[in-house]
Amino acid sequence: MIRELVNMSLVQKNKPTWQPSAPLENLQTRANLLKEIRHFFAKYNVLEVETPLLCHTSVTDPHMESISVCLQHQPYYLQTSPEYAMKRLLAAGSGAIYQITKAFRQEERGHLHNPEFTILEWYRPGFNHHDLMNEMDELLQTVLHTTPAEKQTYQTLFQTYLHLDPHHTTLMELEKCAKDHGICVQASITDPDTWLSILLSQCIEPHLGKNNRPCFIYDFPASQAALARIQPGQPALASRFEVYVAGMELANGFHELQCADEQRMRFKKNLAARKSAQLAELAIDEHFLAALEHGLPDCAGVALGFDRLVMLAIKAAHIADVISFDFSRV
Amino acid sequence: MSTYGLNEIRIGMKLIIDNDPCVVVDNVFVKPGKGQAFNRLKYRNLKTGRVIERTYKSGDSIKAADVADIDAQFLYSDGQEWHFMATENYEQYALREAEVADAKLWIKEQVECKLTLWNGVPILVMPPTFVTLKIIETDPGLKGDTSGGGSKTAKLESGAVVRVPLFLQEGESIKVDTRTGEYVSRAKE
Repeated sequence: MIRELVNMSLVQKNKPTWQPSAPLENLQTRANLLKEIRHFFAKYNVLEVETPLLCHTSVTDPHMESISVCLQHQPYYLQTSPEYAMKRLLAAGSGAIYQITKAFRQEERGHLHNPEFTILEWYRPGFNHHDLMNEMDELLQTVLHTTPAEKQTYQTLFQTYLHLDPHHTTLMELEKCAKDHGICVQASITDPDTWLSILLSQCIEPHLGKNNRPCFIYDFPASQAALARIQPGQPALASRFEVYVAGMELANGFHELQCADEQRMRFKKNLAARKSAQLAELAIDEHFLAALEHGLPDCAGVALGFDRLVMLAIKAAHIADVISFDFSRV
Repeated sequence: MSTYGLNEIRIGMKLIIDNDPCVVVDNVFVKPGKGQAFNRLKYRNLKTGRVIERTYKSGDSIKAADVADIDAQFLYSDGQEWHFMATENYEQYALREAEVADAKLWIKEQVECKLTLWNGVPILVMPPTFVTLKIIETDPGLKGDTSGGGSKTAKLESGAVVRVPLFLQEGESIKVDTRTGEYVSRAKE
């Protein structure tokens, strides 16, 4: 089955480069999915919005590189996600909103990655991450015809698949666990989150969301909160979730952090990490922080890789099979 | 010496990993939405033939290996060294037993092989896919038994031992697939 899918992509790759990378019938499926998604949000009165792709700064996440362009002798950045601008709309009183937009990420190329890709992102005031997981499940059942999803905490998954408590572990234990699973890493790793991320992607992910039943992972370690709020406690947990279907990461959502001071602190921590990794310096997005200071409504939001959704709908093995012209043809 | 970033590495590229020349079998980009980007690199060590998988940070780079395959004719062996001559420029190479490895079981004088050179030094010999070799030792054949049901072992002039149908006799030549070590057919003299 998988073998055939891979071969199908090879056929696509061998077409002349002026031709689309995706078969035209896949573009039809893509268009149908867009229509169904817009219908889904119209039903719940979620407003479709558009936000700028070019902004004066970009995400400070040390694991994400933006693409910069020069405009009027000033550097601008193609957005890696529409998150900050959409939160500014929410703070301005937009109510529930969604967006289907292009996003850009440097150096991301592979069978699941294209430097330019499409995100479906939406925000629901009054929702927490569990409410949003339920809505996401409903969307997947509607457009992908999946069965009702299962939900597992981050901790349970590590205990089930690796007999490891991710919240109470050591670098040595993580390194040994990776070695026991035949993972050989050519880099010195000094933070537990990097090990956890390797173990999740190599040992757990492939098992998630099988048999047409999506799997939600929720309550991540606080150290992987990104823009999620943190539930105090022992251990502190991030109100964050991810969705997996057929062993593939499809979406990431948060019960959104509202506190501007906490957000500024996380940005500064990111910038320090960027500096020590000798990555490009970036300005903190003060528009976004001002919006948080004004007041972001209590809300949950999620970003979904739309191209991957199309891949799932047609069981494609390569992202090039679902976008009109992949990066090798632009 | 040139290097390749992990994101530039494609299948078939030759790299130096752990001081050994390797050929890339697969390179998968792994990037969680939040978190470090990795590449899962699968490669074959050209000296040992072993396939290994290793995870690298995507920002890292690996040295390129100066590896080339050339056509060469096997000249002779003196038991210590195996001598080859490049078809293109008649340059001669002397290989030791470790480098000739299993290939020595399949080659006889004048046969065309592939030599893999690393920095100009041979590290690997690939015999032709099909070779024709004479049987020098086997149990007496059962005349007329061409049904193909049974088989027996036969030692070939190059030293290899293969399974052959019962009807074959000492002194006959056969065609063998060197990838599998299996008998293919009787060869015409």
